[in-house]
Amino acid sequence: MGADPLLHIKGLRIEGLSDGSWRPILRGIDLHLARGEVLGLIGESGAGKSTLGISAMGAVREGCRFADGEIRFDGQDLIALGDEGCRPLRGARIAYVAQSAAASFNPAHRLIDQTIEASIQHGLLTDGAARAEAVALYRQMQLPAPEEIGFRYPHQVSGGQLQRVMTAMAMLCRPDLIIFDEPTTALDVTTQVEVLAAIRSAVKTNGTAAIYVTHDLAVVSQMADRIMVLRHGQVVEEAQTRAMLAAPTQEYTRSLWAVRKLNRPNQPDAQALLTVVGASAAYPAGPEVLRDVSVTVPRGRTVAVVGESGSGKSTLARVITGLLPPVAGTITFDGTALSPTLAGRSHDMRRRIQMIYQSADTALNSRQRLSEIIGRPLSFYHGLSGAARDRRVAELLEQIELPPDFADRFPQELSGGQKQRVSIARALAAEPDLILCDEVTSALDQIVQEEILRLLMRLQDEKGISYLFITHDIATVRAIADRVVVMHRGAVVEQGPKAQILSPPHAPYTRLLLSSVPEMDPDWLGRLLELRSRG
Amino acid sequence: MSQSEATSRRPRSAAGLIAATVARRLGHGAFTLFVVSLVIFSLMSLMPGDFAKSILGQAATPETVAAFQREVGLDVPPVQRYVAWVGNVAHGDFGNSFVTSGAKKRAVADIIAPRLKNTMFLALITAALAVPLALGLGILTALKRNSFFDRAVNALTLTTISMPEFFMAYLLLMLFSTKLHWLPGLATVDAGDPFLEKLRRCTLPALTLTLVIVAHIMRMTRAAILNVLDDPYMEMARFKGITRARMVLRHALPNAWAPIANVVAFNLAYLIVGVVIVEVVFAYPGIGQLMVDAVSTRDIPVVQACSLIFAGVYVLLNLAADIASILSNPRLLFPR
Amino acid sequence: MTDLPAPHRRSRGERLRAKFAKAPYSARFGMVMLSLYIITALFAPVLAPYGEAEVIGKAFEPWSATHLLGTDQLGRDMAARIIYAARNSMGIAFLATVLSFVTGGLFGIVSALLGGWADQVLSRLVDALMAIPGLIFALMALSLFGPTVVNLIIIIAAIDATRVFRLTRAVALGVVSQDFVEAARLRGEGTLWIVTREILPHTLPPLITEFGLRYCFVFLTISALSFLGVGLQPPMADWGSMVRQNATLITYGNVTPLLPAAAIALLTVSVNFVVDWLLQITGGGRDGR
Repeated sequence: MGADPLLHIKGLRIEGLSDGSWRPILRGIDLHLARGEVLGLIGESGAGKSTLGISAMGAVREGCRFADGEIRFDGQDLIALGDEGCRPLRGARIAYVAQSAAASFNPAHRLIDQTIEASIQHGLLTDGAARAEAVALYRQMQLPAPEEIGFRYPHQVSGGQLQRVMTAMAMLCRPDLIIFDEPTTALDVTTQVEVLAAIRSAVKTNGTAAIYVTHDLAVVSQMADRIMVLRHGQVVEEAQTRAMLAAPTQEYTRSLWAVRKLNRPNQPDAQALLTVVGASAAYPAGPEVLRDVSVTVPRGRTVAVVGESGSGKSTLARVITGLLPPVAGTITFDGTALSPTLAGRSHDMRRRIQMIYQSADTALNSRQRLSEIIGRPLSFYHGLSGAARDRRVAELLEQIELPPDFADRFPQELSGGQKQRVSIARALAAEPDLILCDEVTSALDQIVQEEILRLLMRLQDEKGISYLFITHDIATVRAIADRVVVMHRGAVVEQGPKAQILSPPHAPYTRLLLSSVPEMDPDWLGRLLELRSRG
Repeated sequence: MSQSEATSRRPRSAAGLIAATVARRLGHGAFTLFVVSLVIFSLMSLMPGDFAKSILGQAATPETVAAFQREVGLDVPPVQRYVAWVGNVAHGDFGNSFVTSGAKKRAVADIIAPRLKNTMFLALITAALAVPLALGLGILTALKRNSFFDRAVNALTLTTISMPEFFMAYLLLMLFSTKLHWLPGLATVDAGDPFLEKLRRCTLPALTLTLVIVAHIMRMTRAAILNVLDDPYMEMARFKGITRARMVLRHALPNAWAPIANVVAFNLAYLIVGVVIVEVVFAYPGIGQLMVDAVSTRDIPVVQACSLIFAGVYVLLNLAADIASILSNPRLLFPR
Repeated sequence: MTDLPAPHRRSRGERLRAKFAKAPYSARFGMVMLSLYIITALFAPVLAPYGEAEVIGKAFEPWSATHLLGTDQLGRDMAARIIYAARNSMGIAFLATVLSFVTGGLFGIVSALLGGWADQVLSRLVDALMAIPGLIFALMALSLFGPTVVNLIIIIAAIDATRVFRLTRAVALGVVSQDFVEAARLRGEGTLWIVTREILPHTLPPLITEFGLRYCFVFLTISALSFLGVGLQPPMADWGSMVRQNATLITYGNVTPLLPAAAIALLTVSVNFVVDWLLQITGGGRDGR
């Protein structure tokens, strides 16, 4: 914010081509960034935060165009320079770190060659000097075996390490500005901590200015000096990080972390509806992915199964549905033994256990209208047809808070949250006792997540349905669970009532998991790192 | 980017993994050849009952029919006959032609050998001309995507693909032979002809085939590269300030080799189909024309042998492409 | 996932009309030409000045007022035969393509849905059959069974069905792996319901464009066989065989024999133009981008 900002964006408008016409993505953005300053851009999907981040390189994605405004980087007008004119700046003075490092490294080349490519192509360093610099940066990013890791191919390195290599690649030319585009969104929380720490220290050490794009307010509060909240391509609010966290002035900003405040009060214990005892499972010709897992779901309660990717939590759901018969163990449902295979279960048993998927996009048939999607279980399980079925579909739509005339729409005419509601209605139509929810909110924006969670809880109160809720997100667990099961590498680490699991003392893995969840406190990361370095 | 990669270390199981993958492909190829030979062999056994009569024509008496069936081996159980047939083929013995010239029966192998040599000659010239041209055009159009050059080449190749081969052949023949008198319209070559004369006579057939397969290879090469250009690492390259040319040559091409290798193999095999037509149009004494003649005279052993050779070449070319793409895949060369 | 307000609703008819209005000239040209071809095929007896096999003059008569395009090697009217050939060539190719799609498509979807060893056996077999170049396979089969129209249709359909199988299976595999198919399975739906209600609607659009491409391919194969003399047999008129039978004229610089060949080329180019456009609008995605 000095007299001579590094980056100055004025009245920026960007349009995207959709269905043959140009629609606005950014509607007049002003932004300035001083040298060495880190600005956090936060907003929900479709807010235009990524588009704005990329525009700082004078670039737009395919199918987008600059409509108005100017972008001044160190005095040069990037829009006037054009795509080719900006090329010498990119990678040299302005660098970019992408969301998925695994997809953003070229699978055909070694990491070190990709790391140094920009510096050599721009004629900034000799081959030898660039290589030495890369190794030094790998070391600074705390990568294991910094001398050798560069000779690996991308597929030989883990996601968290790749993300740090990519940060080293961005740093190599000592740019004035780095754009971080959701660099930790695809990572597990325990990995995320390491990457955040590495990025933060590298940015601080080198005094680089950065634009940090994310949807996670807790993450951005660790990284940014200043935060800008975007919505529908416009700036909602902008303030220093601490000021914004202490007192957000806008209603929208406050609602962004509402879900984190949702906390289901303790419920009295209830009778067991589903009991899984000693279940082990493996995919054909694969290693065991579930080892001796025992879980109980009480009637009318929610059991949250929490774990990172590869913990076996989704496999547990497949075992319960009968899609993946376990190699050992038993499943009891409402007092009777449940057949391990789907084919061995009765029509009524299949009705009583329903499932909701993470991505409503693939879980709903895009060629069927909602009346068919929701109506099919009604005919299939309850023999409804004609006007009776239509009436029931309308009732169900009302229960999930959608207007009844949505019945003749197709899923692709709905928003993400609305689609997930339809998935819920389809499960409800069967009138089940148990619904398995597999990461049902993780693809949704914060505000929509909260709406869906509230809906699920209301339905539970009204109908006494039990949920087995699979998630990787601790805030979601806090919001809805009665009991918690922590899984790691296919086994249960610990389980019990929510209050017991989420408060100390913890099992070691649970402690690692819980402590890795970013908190809405700018000092959280520093405290955590200090705590961990002390052991 | 760099040449000094001396420090690279391959994990020790790499060779084993590649060997296993290649072995699997080879096994697959062998299986395919087996099924192909079985199909071709069974078709022979499926010969309709009156087949002998239609071959023997006027001379068909019960005795001659029985004798014919004995000679073809129809009195032996099929499994035994198949094993014997495969054994013979492995030794280059394709049996005798049904068509008798005078009293003497001619061995199929003797009929095919010189013809096969001619066809190989034509195919090699065409491949040498077409493959580099097509790859170059494919890469160039991908580089200049949506330019006038790209659009023009695309429209032109779409048109050539849509034309029957014989239309192209006659168009060229009419232009270069009938109207301009630059090249001979008939490609009748003899084993004794000097190389340059052979080349001159082969020009029109080779040109026709080139036009056909260049269009296919070029379009598929372009598509393979453009497909890779949509990958996230290409956006990363763009945001690193890499030039368009380097993006295509250095970042896209190495990842497109596998599909391109398959495209080339597929189209070289497609040459075979083109060869049959083109040889007939230009009266070129190759194996394609031989097969067509044999089909119309229903000379089954010759048809069988030609089919086996064509299918064998096809399988081997695709196998070669598969193995080439295995050997260019870093995921297999450098396992985790 | 975006949580934008639901997009403006347009009926299917409106969207279709909007797409047609924006069709490129190549696609419009293709559609006009295709319509002309189909009309010619349907009304051949009305349009043709003479009968299909009617000998009305000497061999190789030049173009004249009575014989627009002259006569062929047997003294039949060239123009009349070109018109009749439209009906024969297009009809037979159409039948063969339909047959190949019905069989190949059905097996492909079922194979993808069943998976396991049934899928393995079918796929390996098809792979092996595809290793025999189509024209070679056709030549071989025709030499054995004889070149009748029925044989021709069955053989070409069988060869083409392997290609259709491979494509349908690949498309269906993509659909089968989606959660809504799993949801239907969990519900306890039968195979028939899953195939017809869940999978087929998703495989149809890519199959329709593929139908155009396969039709071209089948058409070219049949013309090639007829050109080689083992396709449609005399006296049936066919563009491929007409080229061959009158090829002598070409060496005298007469373009007449090239007209049937040009008719083939124009048809396949037209189909390709339309298919290219269809691929673009369906590939552009129903959901915008």
